[in-house]
Amino acid sequence: MLSRTADNLFWMCRYTERAENTARMLDVNLQMSLLPQDAQTREGSWLGVLRISELQGLYGQKYASISPHDVLQYMVRDPENPSSIFSCMRAARENARAVRGSLTTEVWETYNTTWLELLKHLHTGLLERNPGEFFEWVKFRSHLARGVTIGTMLQDEALYFLRIGMHLERADNTARMLDVKFHERDGNGQESRGESAGAAPQSEFYRWSALLSSVSGLEIYRKVYRDVITPDRVAELLILHGDMPRSLLASMRAVADDLARVSNQRSTETERRAGMLCAELQYGRVEDILASGLHQYLDHFLDRINDLGNRISQDFLVPLSA
Amino acid sequence: MKDRTSRPAAYDEMRDSAGGIRSHYQAFERWHDEQSAEAMAVRRLEADLSFRRVGITFSVAGDAAGTERLIPFDLIPRIIPADEWRLLEAGLKQRVRALNMFIHDIYHGHDIVRAGVVPAEQVFLNAQYRPEMQDVDVAEDIYCHIAGVDIVRAGAGEFYVLEDNLRVPSGVSYMLENRKMSMRLMPDAFSRIKVEPVAHYPDLLLDNLREVAPHGGDDPTVVVLTPGMYNSAYFEHAFLAQQMGVELVEGQDLFVEQNTVYMRTTQGPRKVDVIYRRLDDDFLDPLSFRADSALGVPGLLSVYRAGRVTLANAIGTGIADDKATYLYVPDMIRFYLGEEPVLSNVPTWRCSRPDELSHVLAHLDELVVKEVHGSGGYGMLVGPTASRAEVDAFRERVRANPANYIAQPTLALSTVPTYVDSGVAPRHVDLRPYVLCGKDIRTVPGGLCRVALTEGSLVVNSSQGGGTKDTWVLEED
Repeated sequence: MLSRTADNLFWMCRYTERAENTARMLDVNLQMSLLPQDAQTREGSWLGVLRISELQGLYGQKYASISPHDVLQYMVRDPENPSSIFSCMRAARENARAVRGSLTTEVWETYNTTWLELLKHLHTGLLERNPGEFFEWVKFRSHLARGVTIGTMLQDEALYFLRIGMHLERADNTARMLDVKFHERDGNGQESRGESAGAAPQSEFYRWSALLSSVSGLEIYRKVYRDVITPDRVAELLILHGDMPRSLLASMRAVADDLARVSNQRSTETERRAGMLCAELQYGRVEDILASGLHQYLDHFLDRINDLGNRISQDFLVPLSA
Repeated sequence: MKDRTSRPAAYDEMRDSAGGIRSHYQAFERWHDEQSAEAMAVRRLEADLSFRRVGITFSVAGDAAGTERLIPFDLIPRIIPADEWRLLEAGLKQRVRALNMFIHDIYHGHDIVRAGVVPAEQVFLNAQYRPEMQDVDVAEDIYCHIAGVDIVRAGAGEFYVLEDNLRVPSGVSYMLENRKMSMRLMPDAFSRIKVEPVAHYPDLLLDNLREVAPHGGDDPTVVVLTPGMYNSAYFEHAFLAQQMGVELVEGQDLFVEQNTVYMRTTQGPRKVDVIYRRLDDDFLDPLSFRADSALGVPGLLSVYRAGRVTLANAIGTGIADDKATYLYVPDMIRFYLGEEPVLSNVPTWRCSRPDELSHVLAHLDELVVKEVHGSGGYGMLVGPTASRAEVDAFRERVRANPANYIAQPTLALSTVPTYVDSGVAPRHVDLRPYVLCGKDIRTVPGGLCRVALTEGSLVVNSSQGGGTKDTWVLEED
């Protein structure tokens, strides 16, 4: 398959996944803000949204203060924000258009329709009228794109590169969401590390259940642990639990598996690094991770994800002469 | 003052002069009569939505905002009876065969010039003559692998060829998508009327391209070369690549090494044998043609000249389809094939000849005047519908550079009933059948029917507000 095509497929899925994750995060934040909160907590949670995408600086250049309205507008419809849902969906569709010949008709039409419907929703003000419905729509379109892709595409390189893009992005997003939520807690100093193993007080309950909801993990948590929500278990579920579809382990396993399928003469080192990361997650223990500092751990994880992304580009996607 | 209403009434493809339905339209008209206005309106809306969803849009030249427009699709098909199609097909094959022989001759022995049939200056002083191609042998001696010949009808049995498009004719994807659309929206009409299918075109095309691979390669690799997703015909490029199951490449995806063309893949370089290029000659190879072209492949021409890759269409076919060479096509048919042309040319005046120029200048308001190298409906004058000022302005342009223009009588192009704001009304149409030239010459029955949606307009180009119709060639009884 053409390197350029693989590149477009990879990014098409990354952007779709990113749009979905942004919608998840905004949706949960919006629901949280309906609960009684003090002003500082509220502002903190919206700042968290920007921090996850590393956009505090860019946002600050446009807006003087942090308000739910402005953050929503910025994260959803601002074409100048490269991570806004608008920008992600536009990029996903442009990438799809560049390779529409390599997609099934159904996949292409799904991407194209998503884009056309987004324009319509933004124009008719669905976001302002019913933000929950809008975010549901974004998630649903992403589910649909995934389903149509799996349901109609030949299982060849095109599909593998799609999935690599999707899972790499998902690992990145889950890690960021975890990082920011734990950072908020530690920043507020409400709890010291020693106490974190115990059951969370009520205000904490909402923090962790929100984080779980944002990755469709609340019900999974109940099923897996059958117990109260504790931050340690939340971290364990989202990092180390291989059966949780949005966990780091599940995402990285999928990346490593697909990398092995597309393997070429240049990619040995990339495959080794992906395999290492998987093995560490597979055999890691949440106590060790927390003991050495979750933030450092996730920070390091994000660096490695980034490194993998660059290596995949060099090995497969960037056209080299020979 | 000339009487502008004196143009003969146009031939209506559906109705005879007494208003009766012609026999080949009767089954359709019966079906159409049974449909309520609402049902047809819903179908029209559905067609529009569906074309948008499929993304069959074209970008408008010079529009930086990337506006995407639909080419309007009209539900009422152009229907062609079997015997008429037989005639058209015979004429098309004859014409393309002769044109292909002409191009080969021009780049080899110049027989037709030495015989005095086509003047030397028409060939060798023509900007479309490519000296790089002189004495180059191309696979199977085929130059115009894909031709899109524009045909109009002025009266019963009166078909004229308007243009032979032998470079990178486009529009075939609309032919295919229009059929898909009408079968989806009017399935019951198809169950009653036997229409020749067209959906096998991509298979024929792939076959055709594989046949002309350089010698010695079995299982040749075919690719479609596109200028990229911002080209107005990008949809078609992607569509054809997908339908044929071959890679859609851009110039940057190809490179030349050791006299071979390769594409860059995730598994390393892969040899390419046949390039169906949707890029003009000028952009193909920055080392040989336009140095500023970022769309082409450096070194491509030398591999091509060495016979190690096939380009479809060949480089230099423009020599045979410019509007001045057009005049000689009937003579080419007689010269190479010893046959009388089945399809006629439109009578044409050459402004390069002083006597013909003076005739043209005296009758500008009756004639259609075109640039010799123009296309897409740009740079032309339709005398009878132009304003006085437009005619005067054009007169100056022709005077300043007569050799750049030809003129033709304003043909009363035939009409087909068409959905317009006020209901259903006749609109002028043309027809572009696609002719594939490999070891055999093949066509699919029908082609792209373009329709001028503005009342009275004779300009059918989509860039000028034209629409399209499905073309139904009826099966033999």
